[in-house]
Amino acid sequence: MLREILRRLVATIPVMGVVAIAVFALLHVTPGDPAIIIAGDYATADDIAKVRTKLGLDKPFLTQVGIWLGGIARGDLGASIYSGLPVTTLIKQRAEATIALTLLAMLISIAVGVPAGILAAWRRGSWLDRGVMVFAVSGFSMPTFWLGFVLVYVFAISAHWLPVQGFQSFERGLWPFLRHLILPAITLSVVYMALIARMTRASMLGVLSEDYIRTAFAKGLAPRRVLVRHALKNASLPVVTVIGLGFALLIGGAVVTESVFALPGLGRLTVDAIIRRDYPVIQGVILVVSGVYVLINLVVDVLYVVLDPRIKY
Amino acid sequence: MSHLSRRHFLAGATAAAAAATISVPRVHAQKKGGTIKFVPHADLKVLDPIATTAYITRNHAYMIYDTLFGTDANLAVKPQMVEKFASSSKGMKWSFTLRDGLKFHDGQTVAAEDAVESLKRWGKRDPLGRLLAAHTAKLAPVDKKTFTLELAQPFGLVLEAIGKPSSNVPFIMPARIAATSENEPIKETIGSGPFKFVKDEWQPGNQVVYVRNPDYVPRQEAPSGSTGGKAVTLDRVVWRYIPDHATANAALEAGEVDWWENPPLDFVPKIEANSALATFVTDPRGTQGWVRPNHKHPPFNNKKARQALLYIVDQPKYLKAAIGVEKYYRTCPALFSCGGPFESAVGAPGKPDVEKARALVKESGYDGRPVVVLDATDIALTHGAALVTRELLSQIGFNVDLQSMDWSSVVARRAKKEPPAQGGWNMLFTWWIASDVINPAVHAGISGAGDGAWFGWPESGRIEELKVQWARATDKAKQKQLAEEIQRVAYDEVLYVPFGQWVLPTAYRKAVSGVLPFPAPLFWNVSIA
Repeated sequence: MLREILRRLVATIPVMGVVAIAVFALLHVTPGDPAIIIAGDYATADDIAKVRTKLGLDKPFLTQVGIWLGGIARGDLGASIYSGLPVTTLIKQRAEATIALTLLAMLISIAVGVPAGILAAWRRGSWLDRGVMVFAVSGFSMPTFWLGFVLVYVFAISAHWLPVQGFQSFERGLWPFLRHLILPAITLSVVYMALIARMTRASMLGVLSEDYIRTAFAKGLAPRRVLVRHALKNASLPVVTVIGLGFALLIGGAVVTESVFALPGLGRLTVDAIIRRDYPVIQGVILVVSGVYVLINLVVDVLYVVLDPRIKY
Repeated sequence: MSHLSRRHFLAGATAAAAAATISVPRVHAQKKGGTIKFVPHADLKVLDPIATTAYITRNHAYMIYDTLFGTDANLAVKPQMVEKFASSSKGMKWSFTLRDGLKFHDGQTVAAEDAVESLKRWGKRDPLGRLLAAHTAKLAPVDKKTFTLELAQPFGLVLEAIGKPSSNVPFIMPARIAATSENEPIKETIGSGPFKFVKDEWQPGNQVVYVRNPDYVPRQEAPSGSTGGKAVTLDRVVWRYIPDHATANAALEAGEVDWWENPPLDFVPKIEANSALATFVTDPRGTQGWVRPNHKHPPFNNKKARQALLYIVDQPKYLKAAIGVEKYYRTCPALFSCGGPFESAVGAPGKPDVEKARALVKESGYDGRPVVVLDATDIALTHGAALVTRELLSQIGFNVDLQSMDWSSVVARRAKKEPPAQGGWNMLFTWWIASDVINPAVHAGISGAGDGAWFGWPESGRIEELKVQWARATDKAKQKQLAEEIQRVAYDEVLYVPFGQWVLPTAYRKAVSGVLPFPAPLFWNVSIA
């Protein structure tokens, strides 16, 4: 198992290399020129050329790729064309908000979605089942930005219970940290809550009709024990897959939530960088996020083995 | 459709500005200390006010740097870091002496050499600075506090140039920093202004933090624009960048931020209805919108085709689409802005006349090729103007190719001089604050320098000749007469077509007081209860 994990980690390197080159190539064929933006309204062609030289944008494409990959090998993702700050500093400044938001949103999604799916499957056809399904369909259908503004209106502007926007680092205390994350995390989690609830229900329905479950009930085990220990464990593989995919989707979905709640996260950093064609920042963030995706996939694969000993790599 | 008259427009804006200022207690009566949270119009990404013309960088620079001269609320240029100045030999030689007590944020005393190096760097980037530098024979320090400027040729705008209020402003920085190439951003942000920049707390895309500079010695005069006593009562100023307008509005209502620089006009009625909030027009001179044709390629390399534009740009239609709220906009034919010293209607077309425009297009020999119009859909005002233009151009017989993109793409695309079919363009839309179009020397659109002109590259030797005459004129009446002649030629050549003028209110909680009218948000004189 350990050997497999190591093998997968090593295999990550060429994957990341391909991602890096693809991102670099795509950005450089996208319309837009940071040199022109930086040079400003009064710049002459000569001024723009000087800025382009200063930024190294006049070098041949392969030379630029080489310089960038060389930097990555040394752990240097470059510096923002505009602020001059190192990309690693910018990512560090923003990582906490995105990680905290994603984890809390996933925690809420699992805490609500999995029990709701189990109950809906157990009470199939009942009002509870229908209620969960109505919630799931609604959750899928609600646009994140709309839900965010509704929650802000109700809980921040009208009730004054929670802040409208912003982020407080964990270093400034648990409550200030959570206060600023509750509304964005709920907003972000609703879609995934619905997805997990539906997937758990569907997977549980398949398992609950198995003979061993009927046997477990017949021998007098408590429903909770049957549902959680016997049924859920066997129904969990598709759910774990969805949770793994959900993490990846959450990172993408965080862009809208971060904008609505003015959270200084990686999503907003990426969008701002794309708008201004800040190439080193876009490349750096996409590379880091790609690495996270690869690691999440690895964790999901390891969890398969833990949950189902029949699976071997 | 009824529109505000010029008198009402300016009276309203000025009264709003005056009311806000009058209601402010004197500085000594204001509450000391506190933190103000401000939502700026954009994210601060570039710290060098000479390397970029971005207004957000200019605003940042007003926090941490000081200027030799400033511009007051009535556009008068007055000394700021300068204690005394004198000119001799019919304005050909100038001497400037700095005030006592001026210190940079690193503790070093501001010296004449710092001023000289800062002016030299600015003079390589800014158009008016370049003009001054081209007329200068010698700019050098005389002693620690005094420097002199000797002109090679007469130049009537020495103080206007050094006291320029908008981008690029000649901010004063230490000589060693000002020695940085003008094409390379400065690495340190050390000024001598009333606030200090806290670089460790700067998070691009999120926040910028400033603290009061305890060593700053303000002038004794009352503050007005960027002149007078820059007395600071706040301990700390936090700029919180909130890109979503609805979120910024909610944060202002909830008291999480204190001041929102530029609420979109559709939010303003809601803000005005909230008793805890106030609005105020900080720049009563406002902003001018442009329709800019590309003079380099057909059809607008033909004067007749350009002149057709004069008869279709119906300002009320444009303003309604681009701005929307009538009390904040007005029609204005003056290329040097309405409310400015060179306001004039000379050369402007009369009423829109679609038939005449259609005839001009025919006379131009337009061959039906697509007219590429750049539409920045993420900027509401240019998008509105682009949609109106598409309709109007179609009505007079142009085959319009409206190309939608984001503003960054427009900024990159507009620099392309190739024909439209090869990635170039025929028409774009932009806007400038009045301070940037207030006279022929600062006005980017009034240039006939061909490839050296602003995007669109008009060629007009007459315009260039008149601009030189204007810059060298030292008599105000002569300047006014030349400005009118420049406007007449500019309309005849159709360098661009203005589509109106508007003001934008700022919004703040009533706990904030002392906001000064000026094109940039100023934080001296401001206090928070």
